[in-house]
Amino acid sequence: MARIIVVTSGKGGVGKTTTSAAISSGLALRGHKTVVVDFDIGLRNLDIIMNCERRVVYDFVNVINGEANLRQALIKDKRVDNLYILPASQTRDKDALTVEGVEKVLQDLAADGFEYIVCDSPAGIEHGAFMALYFADTAIVVANPEVSSVRDSDRILGILQSKSRRAEQGERVEECLLLTRYNPVRVERGEMLSVEDVEDILATRLLGVIPESESVLKASNQGVPVIHDRESEAGQAYDDAVARLLGEDRDHRFLSLESRGLFKRLFGRK
Amino acid sequence: MSATSPARPATDSSTATFRLKGGLFPMTALELVAWDSQRFLQDLQDKVAEAPAFFRDTPVILDLDGLAESVELPLSELVDLCRRHGLLPVGVRGGSPGREAMAREAGLACLPASRARGARSPREPAGDTAPPETPEAPTPAALESPSPSRVVTTPVRSGQQVYAAGGDLIVLSSVSEGAEVLADGNIHVYGPLRGRALAGVRGDSQARIFCQSLEAELVSIAGDFKLHDDLQGPLWKRPVQISLDAQTLRVEALV
Repeated sequence: MARIIVVTSGKGGVGKTTTSAAISSGLALRGHKTVVVDFDIGLRNLDIIMNCERRVVYDFVNVINGEANLRQALIKDKRVDNLYILPASQTRDKDALTVEGVEKVLQDLAADGFEYIVCDSPAGIEHGAFMALYFADTAIVVANPEVSSVRDSDRILGILQSKSRRAEQGERVEECLLLTRYNPVRVERGEMLSVEDVEDILATRLLGVIPESESVLKASNQGVPVIHDRESEAGQAYDDAVARLLGEDRDHRFLSLESRGLFKRLFGRK
Repeated sequence: MSATSPARPATDSSTATFRLKGGLFPMTALELVAWDSQRFLQDLQDKVAEAPAFFRDTPVILDLDGLAESVELPLSELVDLCRRHGLLPVGVRGGSPGREAMAREAGLACLPASRARGARSPREPAGDTAPPETPEAPTPAALESPSPSRVVTTPVRSGQQVYAAGGDLIVLSSVSEGAEVLADGNIHVYGPLRGRALAGVRGDSQARIFCQSLEAELVSIAGDFKLHDDLQGPLWKRPVQISLDAQTLRVEALV
């Protein structure tokens, strides 16, 4: 049984694609056959983050329209075995996605033996985002520690639990929160919401906190998902998030810059 | 001056015989897509058989938006059929001028047509209500249940609307900013109440709102409301109950 994970947020620019790339790479690094699907039709970015933009021949929309089969469209990642990318079409728009078309592709991917299907959602709550979340078993809601991002996440959580297929069948989508661009110094100065604030507002499980880090931008521009950067805090935080996604119990790290060791000992239970 | 009679209190102009208040009343729309009196009767009987309680004195809007203008519609017959099955048509939406005239003759209100078909206005957020809790799709079992209370165990998120028809609404989790909870009866919120809460929406002035932490954007009982800024004070973020006392909302600490 393939597990379909949507990476979504409502708001744009919070780190959905970075997260999709890191989480899918992390799952594959742990030996799970994983595919990451770019649902941002018309604003394709995942291929750049995954450094396969020059290897795109066919895309998601071609597969939906029957112009190519999955095998032709899937791009094998050069760094990690077991990882494949299904790129978005850059020349079409989101209306190219239909419920039936998306369902067929997801079913075919599952039949192909993929254990994890990571859906990288476009921003917004319109058709593209809806298509990305409709079939999800699990949702990773990405938020930045600021009020507008948190409110949009709240909205998308509501949509997940009311409009997804699981919701229509009276079930719940497993939801979790990933806080990105977290800067403990600015939190302390009161310029940013704290983890506790965000957890209080959203009342959902915290999958991880990714510290604001130069390595994220560097990784994006070099096309190397940041999880490969074992030296960086962001990379390690993503690794923790993947472990938690797979059911491991790990303490949250990098919540404070100063006296991190002490902080961790004090609040490590969180 | 002995002629002054107490039988003329109307001279006291300070007490009017009525007040006008705004209200937000959820209403079922009956969207007519085709007209054939026999088939309509059959379909209506089937629906009533599915959920008889739902069709007991239920006000409805007759939505004619989806019915081609060329179709001849005997409005009085439609209204009559509805009434005989427990529906109370109160207005017509989206009718042609001819149909609107018929509606006025039948004593029905004429409401503006809904906007572009399929599009939903932002003030009509019912679409985001979680399906197991949707008021428009009540299962017969839920309707027949002896307790009209509705219990919501999950957070009510921004953009969602939850309505407890005919009874109390109990939310065991939070109500987010931008979410709206409504009930004909009382509203209880055991998480923080950050959105809008409207109790007694059908005019029950005895309805109350109870919450563990008052952080609401708006609270209303039977149409009288207070906004976020009016709620600031020592009871902000405290457990409170809100009741209506002589047309004024009273916020009191719980316990």
